[in-house]
Amino acid sequence: MSTPHDNSEGPRPTVFVERQTYRMRRTMDAARLVPLLGLLLFAVPLLWPTDPENALSTSKTILYVFGVWLMLILVTIRLSWVLRSLPPSDKAPDRGGER
Amino acid sequence: MGTLNALVAVCLTYVAMLFLVAFFAERSAMRGRGGWLRSPLVYTLSLSIYCTGWTFYGAVGYAARSGLEYLTIYIGPSLVMVGWWWIVRKLVRIGRTQRITSVADLISSRFGKSTLLAVCVTILAVISATPYIALQLQSVTLSFAVFAEAGGGGQTIYTGESTALWVAMGLSLFTVVFGTRNLDANERHHGVVMAIAVEAVVKLFALLAVGAFVVWGVSGGVSETFTRIDASQLGQWQMNGGRWAGLIMLSAAAFLCLPRMFQVLVVENDDEEHLRTASWAFPLYVMLMSLFVVPVAVVGLDLLPEGSNPDLFVLTVPLDQGREGLAMLSFLGGFSSATSMVIVAAIALSTMVSNHIVMPIFLRMTGGGATVSGDVRHVVLLSRRVSIIAVVMLGYIYYRLTGGGEALAAIGLVSFAGVAQVLPAMLGGIFWRGATRLGAMAGLSVGFIIWLYTLFLPSFGPGLILPEFVLQQGAFGIDWLRPRALFGIEGLDPLVHALLWSMTLNTVAFFGVSVMTFPSPLERLQGAQFVNVFQHSGGPRSWSGGVAQSEDLMIMAQRILGPAEARALFRREATRQGLRGDLPEPSPDFLENLERELSGSVGGATAHAMVGQIVGGMSVSVEDLMAVADETAQMMEYSNRLEAQSRELTRTARQLREVNQKLTRLSVQKDAFLSQISHELRTPMTSIRAFSEILRDSDELSADELNKYASIIHDEALRLTRLLDDLLDLSVLENGQVSLNLREGQLSALLDRSAAAAAASDDGRALRLSRDPSKEALMLHTDLDRLSQVFINLIANARKYCDAPDPLLEIRVTDHGDLLWVDFIDNGSGISDDAQDVIFEKFARVGEPRVGGAGLGLAISRQIMQRLGGEITYLRGENGAAFRVSLPRPAMAAQ
Repeated sequence: MSTPHDNSEGPRPTVFVERQTYRMRRTMDAARLVPLLGLLLFAVPLLWPTDPENALSTSKTILYVFGVWLMLILVTIRLSWVLRSLPPSDKAPDRGGER
Repeated sequence: MGTLNALVAVCLTYVAMLFLVAFFAERSAMRGRGGWLRSPLVYTLSLSIYCTGWTFYGAVGYAARSGLEYLTIYIGPSLVMVGWWWIVRKLVRIGRTQRITSVADLISSRFGKSTLLAVCVTILAVISATPYIALQLQSVTLSFAVFAEAGGGGQTIYTGESTALWVAMGLSLFTVVFGTRNLDANERHHGVVMAIAVEAVVKLFALLAVGAFVVWGVSGGVSETFTRIDASQLGQWQMNGGRWAGLIMLSAAAFLCLPRMFQVLVVENDDEEHLRTASWAFPLYVMLMSLFVVPVAVVGLDLLPEGSNPDLFVLTVPLDQGREGLAMLSFLGGFSSATSMVIVAAIALSTMVSNHIVMPIFLRMTGGGATVSGDVRHVVLLSRRVSIIAVVMLGYIYYRLTGGGEALAAIGLVSFAGVAQVLPAMLGGIFWRGATRLGAMAGLSVGFIIWLYTLFLPSFGPGLILPEFVLQQGAFGIDWLRPRALFGIEGLDPLVHALLWSMTLNTVAFFGVSVMTFPSPLERLQGAQFVNVFQHSGGPRSWSGGVAQSEDLMIMAQRILGPAEARALFRREATRQGLRGDLPEPSPDFLENLERELSGSVGGATAHAMVGQIVGGMSVSVEDLMAVADETAQMMEYSNRLEAQSRELTRTARQLREVNQKLTRLSVQKDAFLSQISHELRTPMTSIRAFSEILRDSDELSADELNKYASIIHDEALRLTRLLDDLLDLSVLENGQVSLNLREGQLSALLDRSAAAAAASDDGRALRLSRDPSKEALMLHTDLDRLSQVFINLIANARKYCDAPDPLLEIRVTDHGDLLWVDFIDNGSGISDDAQDVIFEKFARVGEPRVGGAGLGLAISRQIMQRLGGEITYLRGENGAAFRVSLPRPAMAAQ
């Protein structure tokens, strides 16, 4: 026959998934990226000047750090809310597969 | 003095309350009513043991010394929790599927259940936790001393040593009572978790109360506080960038690796779903914990005399302002922080020490261990209790030896850097299948040694353990081995320096050795299990089984799990295997489950060793397993496909068989018909030939005879013509070439004509008709000739075939609105079931060809009815043969 592999490999992973599944996977991506975003934002203070003339006032730095912190918490609340509808067994494909 | 007495009273009441909380939580959990004990909130609060006494008191001191640097200690864990989807979720899933009991168990299980590795991690954990426990004792002692001074000072009974001893003893008691209450298979301590959740609320509330007092009570508002901060010596952003980045990384690493954090984060986790809440609630908690630290530090520096210990500002500022109640609350907060940390750390460390050091030694000493009779549960429990007391007392001794007094934060960070050495092995183990046991050993040892040499030992100060000249000139006088400037790199902060070298070389050694070595089969299996935990959550199939005796396994399990639990487990397994009785077959599945249950009590490595002793034949090679698994999967798929095909074939065969039966029946009928029709044709032909010969050959025939013979020939010719007409008619109808001649007419008249026509033919017997003329008064608009052909056929059939002694045909007309039924029912014996299928086929004749007719009548009738838009069917369930002619509405003319 012209297609010798027909029916011999079982179900293949589908290329296109439902809209909902797609949205869920992108939310997982977002959840993975949040700590990197946090790391980046918390690394910003490394760029601030430390010489006594130009140094930022502590009150401003406090506002910045706690602002970033609060923002991260809010984003995480939102993401964990979206991710709540995962089935308990979590069959979602993960990247932890064979490398 | 009054204050101090009140303090002692409050303190004792508080401790009593904690005992009660733990007791009731434990009891309701045991009765299965503890749903609220397993809420995400309790889980999140239990994580707060990250905020220890060091955090509670020390953060303010830290801020007073180094400004905002203290935030790094909280930012690291926040980032880890915010990124729960990456690491924590996987750790928790692995912890649950593999029944991990501690960090050491995790590392040892991942790398082939290696006892040596577990021992290394345990030693590392104990060494780095001891100063930390000392730190907690010190913080409680110092805070006591503050009250002692405030209350008139110098009371000898409240000297530091005795306070620390009392606290250490009290904590040991609490931990022994609630931490080793049960040798639970899943190592959860609801009482302890509940107590530390309560303590978490207390310490948060206390710190927020002091902070609010400082901001609104002392400074007078938020903007005033900010002004005050900017005006103070902490007013400007002064940060060592290396420390800022390094400490965020360090605290994140420590959050994952600290035995006590692992205990609450992974081991005590009841439900993976709780992580979703904790992912944002824990960062929120530590953010609130750190919110008021700078204001308290600044106000403390402002108000209190030069040289006051900034580590105690949380207590001394309210006391200085005369708020003794607030100071008391603050003291309770600090007390909670310190005690909860010590309790959980002691539980976590004792589990590790008992599972990975005491039990293996005990099993070896008792000679083969596993087969010795008698309950070893008490040995496990005893070893845990002794370990708890030993761990806490080790902290006390450390405290006594160093005499306290050092800046609290410094010891904490040294301890953090110690446990962080586990991180490469841990992360490598759960994300990289190539990580090997030897790699983990190499990384851990290198990291551990460098940490000891560059950070831990120098932290005691010069001359205490490391001689002065080693610090100055390096070990053996080698310059590039100076503890604070390895490889000659100077000018780095000592902590960042130690962290950089230890973590870098640790990771390099781990990676390098892993790449160069080859893992054992068990390691590779465990590696696949850990790394791909989300793909397949099954356990490793490592027991070949068959050799093991179920009785021996039962004896061993009873000794570790307890008789009732062991029997229940064995019965469950036996039921699952479909066996009666209590002893299951030692199948690989069962052995694997048993091992996992045991590992909940004595740790993975020990459980593996114990099952191994009994089973003997240990594991099969991974390649074998893979090959078997692969083959099995292929065969399963192949057999599934075969099965589907075979089902389809069976179905087709059945259909074919049915069709074939019908064809055979038809063929038989056709044969019968052919013989019949040749007979039918032959009989008239014979008589026509015979009589025409007579007419031709004889000359002396009378006129009568001539007439008679000619009419015989004529009749026979008519019969032939009729037969041929029928055949022709049928073929015309079948080919659809017929044109209908639509007319209007009365049904009763039609029936009258049909009955008369049927009676006119001379074959068949006399037939009585039973009709109801009132129902027949209907006008029809259809091809009346064709319809009457059908009626004639049916009435003639009744005449021919009705076998009743007094044949009677009932013609019943029913008007159904859009359908008109004309039923012909005779009182004969009807048509047999199997004949009913074929009577409408061409050439079908029922019974012996007693009378003339070629079996085309009903076939023609059916074709006619199809043309007229109706149908003719055989009616089952009547007494005799019954046919129903259905006419559609358009065939009935408007009345």
